[in-house]
Amino acid sequence: MSQWLPVLILASSFAPAMVTFFLEQNQHRLRNSLNLGGALIKLGLIVFMLAEVAQGNAYEVRFDLLPGAFILLRVDALALLFMTLSALLWLLTTFFAIAYFDNKPNLSRFFGFFGLCVFATTGIALSGSLLTFFMFYELLTLSTWPLVVHKQNATSMAAGRTYLRYAMPASVALLLAILWLEHLAGPVEFVNGADLSAIDPTTLRIIFALFVVGLGMKAALVPLHSWLPKAMAAPAPVSALLHAVAVVKAGAFGFVRVVHDVFGIETVTALGLGIPLAMLASLTILYGSIKALGQTGIKRRLAFSTVSQVSYIILGVALAGPLALIGGLVHLVHQGLMKITLFFCAGVYDERAGIRQIDQLDGIGERMPWTSTCFTLGALGMIGLPPMAGFVTKIYLGIGGLESGAPWVIGVLAASTLLNAAYFLPLIYRIWFRSSPSKDRPGERPLGIIVPAVITALASVAVGLFAATDFSPLGWTTLIVERTYRP
Amino acid sequence: MNWPLIALVLTISLPLLGALLAVASARFGDWIAGVIAVGTLAAAIGLLFFVNAQGAVTLAVGGWAPPLGIQLIADGTATLFLSTTALIMTIVALFSARSILRRGRNSREMHLFWPLLLLLWGALNAIFVSRDLFNLYVGLELVSLASVALVAIEGSRRTLAAALRYLLFALTGSLLYLLGAVLLYTAHGTLDLGLLAAQLGPDDGLALAAITAGLIVKTALFPFHVWLPPAHAGAPTPASAVLSALVPKASLYILLRVWFDAGPIETASVAMTFLGALGAVAVLHGSLMALRQQRLKLIIAYSTCAQIGYLFVIFPLAAAPAVIGTTGADAAWQGTVFQALSHALAKAAMFLCAGLIIEAVGHDRLDRLAGTARAMPMTMFAFGLAAISLMGLPPSGGFIAKYLLVNAAFDAGAPLWSMVVLIGGLLTAAYLVRPLAATWRSPKDDPNELPPGFVDVARRRQLLPMILALASLALGLFSLLPVTLMGGRP
Repeated sequence: MSQWLPVLILASSFAPAMVTFFLEQNQHRLRNSLNLGGALIKLGLIVFMLAEVAQGNAYEVRFDLLPGAFILLRVDALALLFMTLSALLWLLTTFFAIAYFDNKPNLSRFFGFFGLCVFATTGIALSGSLLTFFMFYELLTLSTWPLVVHKQNATSMAAGRTYLRYAMPASVALLLAILWLEHLAGPVEFVNGADLSAIDPTTLRIIFALFVVGLGMKAALVPLHSWLPKAMAAPAPVSALLHAVAVVKAGAFGFVRVVHDVFGIETVTALGLGIPLAMLASLTILYGSIKALGQTGIKRRLAFSTVSQVSYIILGVALAGPLALIGGLVHLVHQGLMKITLFFCAGVYDERAGIRQIDQLDGIGERMPWTSTCFTLGALGMIGLPPMAGFVTKIYLGIGGLESGAPWVIGVLAASTLLNAAYFLPLIYRIWFRSSPSKDRPGERPLGIIVPAVITALASVAVGLFAATDFSPLGWTTLIVERTYRP
Repeated sequence: MNWPLIALVLTISLPLLGALLAVASARFGDWIAGVIAVGTLAAAIGLLFFVNAQGAVTLAVGGWAPPLGIQLIADGTATLFLSTTALIMTIVALFSARSILRRGRNSREMHLFWPLLLLLWGALNAIFVSRDLFNLYVGLELVSLASVALVAIEGSRRTLAAALRYLLFALTGSLLYLLGAVLLYTAHGTLDLGLLAAQLGPDDGLALAAITAGLIVKTALFPFHVWLPPAHAGAPTPASAVLSALVPKASLYILLRVWFDAGPIETASVAMTFLGALGAVAVLHGSLMALRQQRLKLIIAYSTCAQIGYLFVIFPLAAAPAVIGTTGADAAWQGTVFQALSHALAKAAMFLCAGLIIEAVGHDRLDRLAGTARAMPMTMFAFGLAAISLMGLPPSGGFIAKYLLVNAAFDAGAPLWSMVVLIGGLLTAAYLVRPLAATWRSPKDDPNELPPGFVDVARRRQLLPMILALASLALGLFSLLPVTLMGGRP
């Protein structure tokens, strides 16, 4: 029975999504209970598995497609890290979306694809082999497109076009990399990695480069990042999910799998691929931050901030040392919590006060105190103010950089912190210290749009404060990394 | 009772019998077709499971084995084609019942459509189980004639011109094929593929070239594709579905049988590379043409030209010296059959979707389709699923085909051929996103607005293309049974 847990977890988002497609627009109660129910069930299953996996149990389900090609679902500690994040944030985003959309058109379609998107993300987390990973990765691309173009107007259609223009070629690169590697090394399962000893280094480098293109597109690695700011045309809940868990994180998660569980750190280091990847990630970190400085729209500034922040994860992975890896993995969770807070708040500002531009933020702190407090917490976390989430990440990445013999990483982190401060502090200043042209107080209601932001904001403080406990993201990633390095 | 043999006989005789009945009592063509469809579908699926359990079913007609008599053989691959055809035909029959009937029980369409459709079905099934060049020729001629007549059914000046062009190409193809068959008969004294297998050599080059040329004209491989788009786009939509999904597969099926059952592939590597190259150009050219079309049915028709190209990559792969006797050859064979089947299902689904859109909106011009996805979500969802299969994205039969073909290309030491499939998938995405985006868009940016002049279409009928699209996905998820049935390279 417990064998089927991974399948049940997938079903908990797939089944509600499928039913939702067939609901009428006015069946609000049924639609909401289906989606919230699915999210709650999923969270329950995951909590159960967290305890099991902590004791060292693993679950595996295998389904043959062809001789030699199979779908493999496997629950390990890393899968659970990503899955817990996505399940938790899905639940909160569902609450937020229900309140945010209220009675806007095409809701059944929206929640259907929304559920599919989470289904695909969960599948990515659960994938135990490269081929399985690819299948869910593609499903994610496909289920995201309808969300990006949800508004059906010219801007969102253009954003959708750009998204596919990047995603489709990247998927070809990824598929080619996977099939090429599997042709040389046989089917690759993450649990044992690939046997690369017989393959010549040049071929391996080309395959690795193909992986970087295929995964880097979703992770918004420069120069494959331009689709992300454009995708801001999507409604706020979509942006929140896209930036915090679904798409960009799928790319970053793929990097963790490919570097650690497919090639293995030794091979990556021996081929001399770690440092170039770390440099590319550093470039993205700095470039994203600099571009963020120049944006005048709130959501666009946040988008470039994502471009920059997601590369912290890739930097941690590429540095190929235990501490850096902890820093990278923990940022997968930390960035998710902070960024989703910021996007929830940006959504509330837009929806309740019509604020989209940074210069409209003047004095909003007094008028919308809850939203503004959450936004401020998220922004301070991003800058890396101790003891918040972002600080923990940066410490580990910095020490990891020294450990891996790349002291320049400290410089990148310092520069990035300054830039983060430079593009977030003016916002905080405007929110709290400028006087507002108008005095009316836009209501921060219903609770559904504000409570999720409060929860994630508090969580992003808590994961920093309680980083030392066992079940904090930091504790869990330490467990993952210990298992990797001391098998 | 020998049930497998009965099922085999029924798959051919039922549709032909139905065609006769539909001529005799044209007023009840829809009822006849319905009953026949259910019967043939059951026979085909029954046969599939028999063959899966017990191996190929062979029927020596009249009790005479070759070379004296004619043999019908239903092996795994044949039963897959029979079942896919049966599924598509049944859905198309259900779909057409309404649109043909609308013209009246005594209309021209009623008199022509059902007999032609059933005749086409019987002829297709005969091709799938024949292993004799003359039998195959008869099947091929029946298929071509029924198809041409289906294109011409509306009788407008435009469709007649398209039908005439189609007829000319089809006849040329038949003549070339016949020439080759006659040459082979003169040289070897038999037309049975199994007997020819041991005898073909370099001296038969001309004969094989004639047969191949004839068949690629009928398959609409570049540069012989010019008849296809106007014919397939001009025919009534249910007919387009069958014509695009199944008819080119029949001639391709014969081509595969000729080369893989009997032909000396390994010694003809230059010719095989040439066929592969034509396939690659077909993918490129068909896709670029599809990108430039403004009408939905034309996009789908050009997409057929492009997708046919994939089916020819097998020839250079099977001829590569590195691949002989390896699993790569099997992968190439299976990938090609998967592509043929999943394209058939997805393409039929797509044409039926186009038919529903035309019924609802009255036209298929992309620039005026805004709001359609909102008005008929189920149809566009089915279209999207079919598109996934054509793009070769997981989980779909198209993806399995792509996976197998790319693997085969690596095994053959010729990874460049994998680019045909990979880049082809990219191009497919490019031209299929256009109709998806065009229908998704809201008219006047108002998400509640419906397309102008929209007439609602029953949910029941929107379900029909959905079934086909889901079948093409299922082919990719439950691919173990089909792959076992296909077996390795013959």
